[in-house]
Amino acid sequence: MSWGSWENFLAMGGYALYVWGSYAVTLALVIAELALLALRKRNAVERIR
Amino acid sequence: MSINWFKYSSPQTFFPLAGKLALGFGVLAFLACGVGLYLGFFVAPTDAQQGESYRIIFIHVPAAWMSMFLYVVMAFWAGLGLAFNTRLSGMMASAIAPTGALFTFISLWTGSFWGKPTWGTWWVWDARLTSELILLFLYFGFMALQAAIDDPRRADKAGAVLALVGVVNVPIIYFSVKWWNTLHQGASVSLSKAPSMAAVMLAGMLVMAFGFWFYSIAAVLLRARCIMLERERSSEWAGQYARGAA
Repeated sequence: MSWGSWENFLAMGGYALYVWGSYAVTLALVIAELALLALRKRNAVERIR
Repeated sequence: MSINWFKYSSPQTFFPLAGKLALGFGVLAFLACGVGLYLGFFVAPTDAQQGESYRIIFIHVPAAWMSMFLYVVMAFWAGLGLAFNTRLSGMMASAIAPTGALFTFISLWTGSFWGKPTWGTWWVWDARLTSELILLFLYFGFMALQAAIDDPRRADKAGAVLALVGVVNVPIIYFSVKWWNTLHQGASVSLSKAPSMAAVMLAGMLVMAFGFWFYSIAAVLLRARCIMLERERSSEWAGQYARGAA
């Protein structure tokens, strides 16, 4: 699959909103989960100490 | 080589193992998702009917699979804890729920973003979509019920009953596209017939499914570690760990 240019890749054949809207939210949620886990771990350790 | 698995059934011994496993599965998840996205965006061709919008499939289907699979695993651990009253089982069930809810939400969200260009609507009350939404509410219900009960052992028991009753919803989601006329398409991949999609698209989707699977294992183990520290905060091992982690 050759996109030719970054503009074409980002445009996703006119479906940019739907494709990137799906991927961006997924990525944001995964990062949020990992951040919340790191925070929860730090709070747990601090409560013990 | 013989491994004494029961050795790892206590939080004290499972805690360091879970940390190492989480790191390993995290690395595997990163690699698998990298390969899967490469296949999905740079190897897989444009779909003849749907154009580029179909590329949502590389997260939509793996997320939907994980949402159902994680529920079954959560119900399994919950049931094990209810039957044998083992400490770690309830912790595992509690650790799975938020990640299960995450993947359920992702599958609904990406489904909506795929439905709009292909069906012309963000949402429809069809059997597949509705039963998946019920799955999200089951995860939320499980978490809310556990959060509402102060004693963790009682919270585990109450949650286990809810998890086990709710497991009936999983086959309903899976077979909904067969049992009812739905707007949602039938299964793209099944054990009984050849997959109805191009080999490279299928490969990208399966690699992403492995990536999500590895990610889930890593996230669940990290959360299980938090729960172990929270519930066993007055124990000697937790104290030692907390001082060492300073």
